[in-house]
Amino acid sequence: MTKSDKRGTFSVTRRTFTAGAAAAAASLALPMRHIHAAGALKVGVLLPRSGPQAGIGQDCQRGVDVALPILKELGYPDMEIISGDTETNVEIARAQAEKLINEGVQLLVGAFDSGQTTAIAQVAEQKGIPLVINIAASPAITEQGYKFVFRNFPNAPKILGDAFTNQKELFAATGATPKTAVLLHVNDTFGKAMQGGIGALMPKFDVPYKLVEQIAYDPKARDLSVEISKAKATGAEALLVVSRLNDAILLTRELVKQRWNPMGVLSMGPGWYEDQYIKTLGKLSDDPVSFVPWQDYNKPLTKVVQEALAKAHPDRAMNTNHTYTFEALMIAADAYKRAGSTDPNALADALRATNITDNISAGPGIMFNEKGQNDKLLNVAIQNRDGKHVVVAPKSAANADPIWPMRPLDQRG
Amino acid sequence: MPVEVYFNVAISGLLAGLIYGLSALGLSVIFGVIRIVNFAHGEIMVIGMFFALVLFRSLGLDPLLSVPIVAVVLFGFGYLLQTVVIERVAHLADHYQFLLMAAIAIILISASLMVFGPDAQGAQLPYAFDSFQIGPLIIDKVRLYAGAAALVVAALLFAFFRYTSTGKAIRACGDNPAGALVVGLNVRHMYALTFGIGAACLGAAGAIILMVVDAHPYLGPEYTLLAFIIVIVGGLGSLPGAMLGGVLIGTSEALAGILLQPSLKSAFSFGLLILVLLLRPQGLLGKASQ
Repeated sequence: MTKSDKRGTFSVTRRTFTAGAAAAAASLALPMRHIHAAGALKVGVLLPRSGPQAGIGQDCQRGVDVALPILKELGYPDMEIISGDTETNVEIARAQAEKLINEGVQLLVGAFDSGQTTAIAQVAEQKGIPLVINIAASPAITEQGYKFVFRNFPNAPKILGDAFTNQKELFAATGATPKTAVLLHVNDTFGKAMQGGIGALMPKFDVPYKLVEQIAYDPKARDLSVEISKAKATGAEALLVVSRLNDAILLTRELVKQRWNPMGVLSMGPGWYEDQYIKTLGKLSDDPVSFVPWQDYNKPLTKVVQEALAKAHPDRAMNTNHTYTFEALMIAADAYKRAGSTDPNALADALRATNITDNISAGPGIMFNEKGQNDKLLNVAIQNRDGKHVVVAPKSAANADPIWPMRPLDQRG
Repeated sequence: MPVEVYFNVAISGLLAGLIYGLSALGLSVIFGVIRIVNFAHGEIMVIGMFFALVLFRSLGLDPLLSVPIVAVVLFGFGYLLQTVVIERVAHLADHYQFLLMAAIAIILISASLMVFGPDAQGAQLPYAFDSFQIGPLIIDKVRLYAGAAALVVAALLFAFFRYTSTGKAIRACGDNPAGALVVGLNVRHMYALTFGIGAACLGAAGAIILMVVDAHPYLGPEYTLLAFIIVIVGGLGSLPGAMLGGVLIGTSEALAGILLQPSLKSAFSFGLLILVLLLRPQGLLGKASQ
C-alpha cells in the first residue's frame, strides 16, 4: 500500500484503469447472445430527486452518470436509462414505478429509501419486472418471498452486526475502549429500527461499553443544544449516533459550543461522512468513525470509478450513494449480458445466478441468496481525515490506521 | 443531573424563543392589519435567509450587518406582492386567499430549489463555535447575538407602530378600514406598506436565523407552522403577544426536552397551543372578539 493510499488519496492512472477494465473484461468473456437483436436494455432509475431527500437522490444519480461509460468500456451491453422521481414520497414512488413499467422499462433500479423501495418492490413483483435495489436497509423487503426483487445492499441487522465487530477491532487496535456510551438517535423509521437493533444485538456481540442513556430527537429539529446538554450530563465516554446529514452538523456544532470532547463519535448511519458535512465543518469534521456499507479502496475497479467521479464532480468524494448505485447498474448490465434477452423472466433468472467478484463494494462480491439478498457484503468503519475518507476497519479492507480517541474538537485550530 | 444543566438549557431556549418571536412578528403584523393569513410566511423568511447567505458569500457581510439590507429588499418584495397580486383577490372568500398564499409558497420553494439546490447551506461565521462561560453556565455566542438582534428589531417595530404617524395610520386601517377611508387615508397604500413591513420583518428574521440554522428550500413550511403556533399562543394580531409566544414556546420546548424527552419538544408546543385554545382562545395577549 502506498503512503498516498493511507491518506485516502489516489492518483489513478491510465494503467490502473486498464488493469481494472481488464480484470472486469476477463470475467465477462461470455458470449453476447442475441444482445444486438434485443437492443439497449431499458432501465428505469427511480430516485428521490426532489423533496427532502433530493440531495441524496441527486448524489445517487452521479453514480448513474459515471456508470454508463465505464460499463461500456468494460464490455457490458448498452442500457437506456429512463429517470423517475419519487419526490421522497412513498405513494409517488409506487405511481412512478407503474408509469415507467407502462412506458416499457425492462428493469427497475432504486430507490435509496426503504419506504419508497418497499412500494416499488410491490409494483415490480406484481408486474413481473426485475427490481435491483441500490440502497435500502429494511430487512422486510427481501423477506416477502419476492421473485423479481434483488438487493445488493446490507440490511439493518447486518449493518449493526458488522458495526459492533468493527468497533471491537478498532478498540483493540488502539487500546482505548470506552466503558460507557450515550445513544443519540433520530426519531424516524430508520432511527427507531436502528435503536431497536442496537439494543437487541449489543449483548449478542458482547459490546464492551454500556449504554447509559438513549436520547431520541425529532428528525426536523432546528436546534439540538438540549440533546447534547442531556448527553453530556450523563458523563458517558463515547457518543453513539444514528442520524442524518443536517442533524449530524447540528450535533457537531453543539459538541464544540458546549465544550464536550467525548472519546469519540461512533456513527451507525449516514450524515457524518457526507460531503456536505465535511464541507460545512472543515477541520471539525475529522475523526468521527462511521460504520457503513462502503467501497473497497483496494479493488481495481474502485479506482476507476473514483477517477471518473473526481473528473465529473471534483468537489465530491466517492461515497455509498455512488458505489451502490453504480453496482446496481453493473448488476443489471451483467444480467442482461448473460440473459441475452430483455424478457423479464430471463433477466430475473440471470440475476439469480449473478456472480460478480470484480466489483467495488467491500466484501467478496455480488451474489444473491434465495431471497434475492446479497448477504456477503462487508460493512466497514470509515474515518474522515483531512476532508477525505479512509477505511480503518476491518483490516482486510483498511487503508489507514485509526485515530482513536478522536482529537479534541476545541484544539482544531 | 447538575442544576446548571437546567439553567443552560433554559437560557438557550429563551434566546431561541426571541428569534422564533421575531419570525412570528411578520405573520402577526400582516394578519393584524390586512387580515390575510400568510401561508407563504416561512418561505418568504427562507428567501431572506438565502439573500443574507448570498451577501455573506459575495461580500463577506456578517448576517447581523446584512439585516437592514435584507429587510429593505424584502420590504420591496412584499409591497409589490400585495399591490400586484394579493390585493386583487382580497375581496374573494378566505379559501381563495389561502390557496393563493399556498401557491406563492410553492413557487418560492421551487425557485429556491432551482437557484440554490437542495443542500442545506449556512454562513460560516468566524465566531460560529464560540461560547461565553460564566461560572458553570455556557452561553452560545451566536445565539446570544441573534437573540439580542431579534430584540432590537422587535423594539424598532413596536416604536414604529406606536410613535410614527405612518405606524398609527396603519393601525387605524387595521382597526377600522372604513373609518380610515373616511378620514382620507390611502388604505390600499397602507395595506401594501403593511405587507412590505411584514415581509421586511421576515427578511430581518431570516438574516438573523441564518446565524443559527442552515438555509434550505424545504425549511419554509416548518417555520410557517411554528409561527402559527406562536401567534395563536401569544394572540393573533398582537405584536407583544408574538414575542411572548416565541419566548414561551422556545423556553418550554427546551425544558420539555431536558425534563422529558427531546423528541417530545414539538408535541409540547402543540400541547401548549391546545391549552391556550381551550382556556384563552384569543391568545395570551390577544383581544377577545366582540
